[in-house]
Amino acid sequence: MPASGIEVLFEGRNLVRLLGGLWTSLWIALSAMAVSVVLGLPMGVLMTSRHRLVKLVLRIYLEAIRVLPQLVLLFVFYFDLTLVTGVNLSGELAALIVFALWGTAEMGDLVRGAISAIPRHQYQSAAALGLRPTQVQFHVVLPQSARRLLPLAVNLVTRMIKTTSLIVLIGVVEVLKVGQQIIDRNRFDFPDAALWVYATIFLLYFLVCFPISRLAQALERKLDL
Amino acid sequence: MELSVLRAYLPAYLQAAEATLAIAGLGLVGSTLLGLVIAVAQYFRWPGARPVTAVYVELSRNTPLVVQLFFLYYGLPKLGLVWGSGVCAVVGLTFLGGSYMAEACRSGLEAVEPHQSQSALALGLGPGPALRHVVLPQALALATPAFTANAIFLIKETSVVSIIAYPDLVYVAKDYIGNDYNTSEALALLVAFYLVILLPVSLGAAAWERRLRHAGFGD
Repeated sequence: MPASGIEVLFEGRNLVRLLGGLWTSLWIALSAMAVSVVLGLPMGVLMTSRHRLVKLVLRIYLEAIRVLPQLVLLFVFYFDLTLVTGVNLSGELAALIVFALWGTAEMGDLVRGAISAIPRHQYQSAAALGLRPTQVQFHVVLPQSARRLLPLAVNLVTRMIKTTSLIVLIGVVEVLKVGQQIIDRNRFDFPDAALWVYATIFLLYFLVCFPISRLAQALERKLDL
Repeated sequence: MELSVLRAYLPAYLQAAEATLAIAGLGLVGSTLLGLVIAVAQYFRWPGARPVTAVYVELSRNTPLVVQLFFLYYGLPKLGLVWGSGVCAVVGLTFLGGSYMAEACRSGLEAVEPHQSQSALALGLGPGPALRHVVLPQALALATPAFTANAIFLIKETSVVSIIAYPDLVYVAKDYIGNDYNTSEALALLVAFYLVILLPVSLGAAAWERRLRHAGFGD
């Protein structure tokens, strides 16, 4: 009887290897996200400052990162920057740098949006109560912005994880690459392996991203009440 | 950077840009139609629409396009569904974009006050004409900012289709990097072509939004 192909997943360590490949992507995504949060917070605060030049520079950074597909940025860093600077970047490191740059820009914009959404009377009331500008920021503006920011930042995590799937195009051995290896290895025993392997990878991404999206939605609803 | 190399590569990039724009355009049309159908189905509570569309939206939004394309191009043929890379690219973009467009249309539809459709019905319009002439024009104007943001997102997402061997801009750039080692030239052209495509779209979208807001719709 010809095998349907689903058995290929349970041959040897295939499933474990797929999970290992997924972890490579997740590890890069989560590291880039951590950098983005750390750098994006001050960036967003600076984007709401009164200094024209600071605002202009950050705006240009944001738009320059945003206008191009992330894959193009990845190519420029992976192929070109290494040529120009002579520094040899691994695919993982190039990806980490690019996604951190992108994430910082996106996070900065989310923080800017959250701060801008604070009504002006909050500032005025705080000032009327005698708070100094730094106190207004730390005790009035930032705590309220954080509540608005949280669901959006959680959502950015799923976008980051989905974006990280691009690293297969610069030769990082991640879940899709491991999947290809498994399919090629079992070409003769399980000719239909591709269907099951790619369906599994699809499902794995869904299982990772769905709970995070749900968390973001729940936070958003909780905030509305 | 060699100018002569840039010139020699230009024709191939122009052709690839056409290929990129073709799938972006078709993907955009497909996503918009799918999104509109889903939003209207949810709005009128067609029987069974909620659970089916909810499953689709969650699957579409919580998986990357790269993985969707791999499944369509390499997985589905095992079930007897063999599509070319262009068809897969458009189907993939539609699958991805449909959920984003549905969300844009849904928020637009919900923002049109119920008395608008009630008044239309009271004036004797049938449900179809009321939707076409009264609700949708207003809803679509309200959905414009989200729509243009999605359009730009989808055009950028087309950049991954070279993984299923569709000859787009990235495919050509990779080809020249691999064959000629003219990395800087190939990437400079890649960036330039995406800027030429994306900048007018971004600026045009911003201008269009301003006009709609001026007409008293945008907020």
